[in-house]
Amino acid sequence: MLDKELRSMIGQVKDGRMDRRAFIKRLAAVGLTAPLANQILALGGVAMAEGPSVYKPTKRGGGGALKLLWWQGPTLLNPHFATGTKDQDGSRLFYEPLACWDPDGNMKLVLASEIPSTQNGLLAADGKSVTWKLKPGVKWHDGKPFSADDVVFTWEYIIDPATAAVTVATYRDITVEKVDDLTVRLTFKKPTPFWADAFVGATGQILPKHLFAEYKGSKSREAPNNLAPVGTGPYKFIEFKPGDLIRGEINKDYHMPNRPYFDTLEMKGGGDAVSAARAVIQTGEYDFGWNIQVEDDVLLRLEKGGKGKTIYAVGGDTEFIALNFTDPNTEVDGEKSSMKTKHPLFSDPAVRKAMSLLVDRDSIKKAIYGRAGRTTANFLNGPEKFVSKNTSWEFSIEKASKILDDAGWKPGADGIREKDGKKLKLLYQTSINGPRQKTQAIVKQACQKAGIDVELKSVVASVFFSSDVANPDTYAKFYADIEMFQIPMSQPDPAQHMRRYHSSNVATKENKWQGTNFPRFVNKDYDAAIDAADGEMDPVKRVALYIKANDILFQETVFIPAQHRLKVEAASNTLRPVISGWANETDNLFDWYREE
Amino acid sequence: MSQYVLRRLLIAIPSLLGISVVLFVVLALAPGDPFSELATNPNVPPEVQAALRAKFGLDDPIHLRYLHWLNAMLHGDWGFSFVSRMDVDTLILQRLPATLYVIGSAQILALLIAIPVGVYAATKPYSLFDQIANTLAFVGFSLPTFFTGILFILIFSVTLDWLPFVYTTDIKATGIRWMLEMIRQAIMPVAVLGLFQAASMTRFVRSAMLDVIRLDYVTTARAKGLGQATVIVKHVMRNAMIPVVTLIALQMPAVFGGAIVTEQIFRIPGIGSLLISSILSNDTPVVMAVTFVFACLVVLFNLIADVLYGWLDPRISLR
Repeated sequence: MLDKELRSMIGQVKDGRMDRRAFIKRLAAVGLTAPLANQILALGGVAMAEGPSVYKPTKRGGGGALKLLWWQGPTLLNPHFATGTKDQDGSRLFYEPLACWDPDGNMKLVLASEIPSTQNGLLAADGKSVTWKLKPGVKWHDGKPFSADDVVFTWEYIIDPATAAVTVATYRDITVEKVDDLTVRLTFKKPTPFWADAFVGATGQILPKHLFAEYKGSKSREAPNNLAPVGTGPYKFIEFKPGDLIRGEINKDYHMPNRPYFDTLEMKGGGDAVSAARAVIQTGEYDFGWNIQVEDDVLLRLEKGGKGKTIYAVGGDTEFIALNFTDPNTEVDGEKSSMKTKHPLFSDPAVRKAMSLLVDRDSIKKAIYGRAGRTTANFLNGPEKFVSKNTSWEFSIEKASKILDDAGWKPGADGIREKDGKKLKLLYQTSINGPRQKTQAIVKQACQKAGIDVELKSVVASVFFSSDVANPDTYAKFYADIEMFQIPMSQPDPAQHMRRYHSSNVATKENKWQGTNFPRFVNKDYDAAIDAADGEMDPVKRVALYIKANDILFQETVFIPAQHRLKVEAASNTLRPVISGWANETDNLFDWYREE
Repeated sequence: MSQYVLRRLLIAIPSLLGISVVLFVVLALAPGDPFSELATNPNVPPEVQAALRAKFGLDDPIHLRYLHWLNAMLHGDWGFSFVSRMDVDTLILQRLPATLYVIGSAQILALLIAIPVGVYAATKPYSLFDQIANTLAFVGFSLPTFFTGILFILIFSVTLDWLPFVYTTDIKATGIRWMLEMIRQAIMPVAVLGLFQAASMTRFVRSAMLDVIRLDYVTTARAKGLGQATVIVKHVMRNAMIPVVTLIALQMPAVFGGAIVTEQIFRIPGIGSLLISSILSNDTPVVMAVTFVFACLVVLFNLIADVLYGWLDPRISLR
């Protein structure tokens, strides 16, 4: 039904009977707005539109200094070597992609002159190729012209295995060719519903061929420009001290009119989130503070009569508790949590159901995340149109107890439930991080009341998230019953995010625990939905498939979402930053300005 | 004397080698991986991490890696940072000025307070001045720098709004204004570190002075009719300074090493903050280089202290 309705609406937009804004509003009404709403239109034959610009200044420059505070300073400035988002943020000050994402998940043109669509013929109807038109007259900071050669070279640079570029996954399955000086064509091996990955956003930053051509492959680490970027961006590079400082100045030849606003740029690194919040919100020494993961009551206190405020951006990051489907206490062929075992407690669906009733998401929001969190029943929380409306959550110790009682888990002499000699005792692990330890405490308390004994364990983040094969405490090995963390969603599309839990990706000793399916969840219906969605060009069916996949994760209680987390930044009261939950903080830097 | 120095230097070589082996092994055995951040990013395939490990030689057996490192170090190559992809020596040299300026000033401040106060307190033990100095010294070294640092920020930056609490190496001014800004931003970190050092040093100077002041030769000097000032400065202080010199000499490596906590609080881009961020990101070449430089400095300043003893007290012979 939804399918038909949507199709007729797309038809109306095409004929001009309905305007684009009304269409998006209607989609919102049925729960289908957001970043990819526009891509639905693109695939339905209507061009994707650029998001509205909020930029007000009418001339270039004159804005003085922009002082940014990144409490983890960038340590290198080649976007394709970035070990974390901080490095992408730093590189993005100078390098640019073809397009980026605005706060609503709309595409915003940067170096491209037109958004590809089937209507303008740039997007192939079968989804197997996309053509980008480049803006004419764009110059690198050293004065050399920007052309299709740079785009093609960036692709060659990344896919060379000896370069060891961290962005290779985006580029290795595509072919990039130059059509003319200002046109490139990307060809995909199979129909690609989400074509806006390569050359878009933080991973799409384009390098100048004339400076990197000699440093492709094994010589990549010797390139002098790894530390001194020459890009096309709104600010020109002056100085870089790893981990401490980046300085830039206005690019007077910038290709967007009246931009940029600021004359100089400074990105200072180091310190911690709380004092960064203080330097921006309370004393106003800095204009913008990145990633202010600080307890909400601290922020509220700082904001009282302060010089700045916090700002929030909605993305798809979900803090979740994952349940282990294999037995972490039995060793088979030198491997715990082996696929040959079944979890002694969680193999009973009643126990999993009870667990999800024992996570008090409201308390977690109130006590820990505050304005930076939303409660949710879903694992997939964005883009909006992929968010399932079929799920709900509840916190009830009584109901959990009843489910356990009915399933035959009776309290023993020590108050801990047991059945067939198996006690409901769980090991709950996560990384060391203030909010996570508090969440652990909240869950443990509720479990205790329901007769489940929970032992808490916290592991240093550098170990927990490492891929060290020798270490038993990594999240991928999952030598615990339940574990909690989040996997950031780096693009406004769920494909990558959901594919992780396909049964072919199970983490085992054989693949050195590099499989992404760490709960070792195996479900035929889930696999089928993911496989179908991967090649599905019909946007409506694709949405339905991902919602189905999410609902399977919900019904099977693979993940208990503890919180949908928002990005938190601090900005001075006069700064007008543009922050997207689907992109790096500096992705829309060209649109930042100050208003007294 | 020169023979003694030469012998000490020769002894230093095996001990430095031993230190480097221990450091290297500990770092190699420590959990974590410089490229672990990549593992959590679904965008980065595991092969990239494997390729990077191979590229930076992380997959070689540990003894080979140690020999590579040693060979490079002997040729003056300090290593290559995994995280910043630049030479470690450049990275360290970038951080050195801020550390020397802030920590050095703090040491000087500490000495300027500790010696006069300690000496004066010792000449009048248990007087009111001594009592007050003692109490303040106890308070001073009981309060950790992370506490006083935050306290100072709250008072002088947040409430009074007099001083900035983010240290910047990029001051947009020249000449006198630049000097003033440099001083202004260093006041808080220097005060925090200097007062903490001064507190323990004052106690030290005082007790060293008290040990000497009761000796017979001091009474003799007084009996000769020498003035109080001459007795204290020429007779007592010179002898009392021997242990103080040791203390100062052994603290010199710390001046180069920076103050990890204070640098973190005030965002001073010094060696200490480089060390802590490298440890957190498992950037072993940087950690190795910084700790090894510390080790060399400790060995060197121990030697200097020993040589200074002979100069201060000719009775100590160096053989």
